[in-house]
Amino acid sequence: MITASNITKTFKNGSVETQVLKGIDLTIAQGEFVAIMGKSGAGKSTLLYQLGLLDHPTTGEIIIDGTNTTSLSHADRTTFRLNELGYIFQDYALLPELTAIENVMVPLLMQGKSDEEARAISLASLDRIGLAHKENNLPNQLSGGEQQRVSIARAVAHNPKILFADEPTANLDSESGDAVLAIFKDLHDKGQTIVMVTHEPEYTVHCNRIITIADGKASE
Amino acid sequence: MASFGQSVRVGIFLGTRQLRRANRSTTVLIISIMTFTFLNLVVVSGILVGLIVGGNIANRNQYTGDVIATTLSGKGAIDHSQDFIATLAHDPQVTAYTARFLGGGTIEANYKTRTDFANKANSVGAQLAGVDPTQEDNFSHISNYVVEGKFLDPTESGYIVLGSDILDRYSASFGQGFDSLKNVYPGDTVKVTVGTNTREFIVKGIVKSKVGQVSLRSFISNADFIQLSGRTDLDVNEIAVEHNATITDDQMKARLVADGFDKNAQIQTATEAIPDFLTQIKTAFSLLGNLIGAIGIVVGSITIFIVVFINAVTRKKFIGILKGIGVSPLAIQVSYLLQSLFYGLSGSLLGSLILYGLLVPAFNAHPLNFPFSDGILVADVPTTIVRIIILLIVTLIAGYIPARMIIKKNTLDSILGR
Repeated sequence: MITASNITKTFKNGSVETQVLKGIDLTIAQGEFVAIMGKSGAGKSTLLYQLGLLDHPTTGEIIIDGTNTTSLSHADRTTFRLNELGYIFQDYALLPELTAIENVMVPLLMQGKSDEEARAISLASLDRIGLAHKENNLPNQLSGGEQQRVSIARAVAHNPKILFADEPTANLDSESGDAVLAIFKDLHDKGQTIVMVTHEPEYTVHCNRIITIADGKASE
Repeated sequence: MASFGQSVRVGIFLGTRQLRRANRSTTVLIISIMTFTFLNLVVVSGILVGLIVGGNIANRNQYTGDVIATTLSGKGAIDHSQDFIATLAHDPQVTAYTARFLGGGTIEANYKTRTDFANKANSVGAQLAGVDPTQEDNFSHISNYVVEGKFLDPTESGYIVLGSDILDRYSASFGQGFDSLKNVYPGDTVKVTVGTNTREFIVKGIVKSKVGQVSLRSFISNADFIQLSGRTDLDVNEIAVEHNATITDDQMKARLVADGFDKNAQIQTATEAIPDFLTQIKTAFSLLGNLIGAIGIVVGSITIFIVVFINAVTRKKFIGILKGIGVSPLAIQVSYLLQSLFYGLSGSLLGSLILYGLLVPAFNAHPLNFPFSDGILVADVPTTIVRIIILLIVTLIAGYIPARMIIKKNTLDSILGR
């Protein structure tokens, strides 16, 4: 499903260059639930952004489901993200002026679905994570755990091939974190490929594999 | 790649919700700024042009009418005037007209009490107008402009109404070099000389108007004028005509020309009779108004730019997230353009309501009192529509640029707030 070859990422700050990823090779199969772990600043989120096409690696090649994404144009990468990938961010990343259901609807509308269709799919997606009754709440009317669950509903509503989650439980209490992980397990059980960055080992119990990043290199 | 239609649809979806759930105070503030920008654009030039247009309207109402016939160059009067007048009297589309005899003369006052003959007499050169008092008043409502005493009575003889501009107390602002009569009031006797003929008149009233042809002239009855001037024919010097709304000024003029009256008189519409310099001043004021309005537009567009820029900068993270989850840059731009359009349109519509519901009626009811005209607010609808379109285009550009600047930033940098 994902094949990453010799991924490097170097950040430049003036004349100072910092190489965060130093030639990472990895493969993730369809239906796997993979955790990326490592110390703070090790580069685990950076790797996730490269795999999730939110950033360009300095060198290397990422092939997702047969598509060499490194050669895609900017517009094609956007469309690829829209149709094939789903994202969950640490701080939920919901749009504050949209209600829960409207947040979930955005990618579906962008895919060309009608208002009615997008609303029905979004409501079903919210129902899956137990928040259908809060469809008309704005993000500031939801708790942190609820916001993260809405964020998951948005990420999976369009049935992405791969779900990327960047420390999805970092801002949550243990109860909410467990609830989020339970949803991930449920999604995984139904065949969803998930790549999750976390620094909390207790949340990796449901994962098939754990990739550890240290000194810019990946190991299992 | 997302189609144009999908992007626009999502842009509208996002934009309408951003507007609906925006901070109310901020929205009111931005719309207020746009309203004042619009009013600045329309009202300033409207008042400047209105100064001249107000003068032109007064000129039409009190002097030229819709069409005016004047004496041809080199002639002493309009030949066969009575044929002209008879035609007007029987024309159902002519609602009013007045025929005026004109002649230069001298008016002297206080001559009975004059003791110092070494100094100049209290006299002034003036244009005398012989009119039918009833006809003139029906036409120009000149009695409304009589500020002291009364206008001429058709049953009386030996009375004169003086234009205020020949009186010292009304024309002091003209400065030295212009003769004027001192200490003349209704009831006083003045001596009027035309050529070699002199006659005493009792001052019946003083007429004051911002139309020079009214306030610089002195009015006596037709009969008194004929007697004083010694003119034996009944040919007048000026015929002003007012018609009803079924024909235009040009059509009225064309009919008079077709009847052959242009052979004996210069026939002009009210617009044609406006002196060239006034037309040029109107153009200059219009240009000046547009320049001031353009500054207003720049200020308004900078405001929109700042508002959208701050909005986009503070929402940079959310713009990054939208891009991250696959929303096209065009959709995000459309959402910001929609907001700019909303602010511009709301400001223009509110400004139009204030303009046509409040300002124009108020200016018509209470014109600005300028020395040479009663200034009104000129805001014709086509011009206003053009200005609304200009404002909207500028607003859209001012909204587009900052949105584009933020959207072009790296997606991940936006998400991470870098």
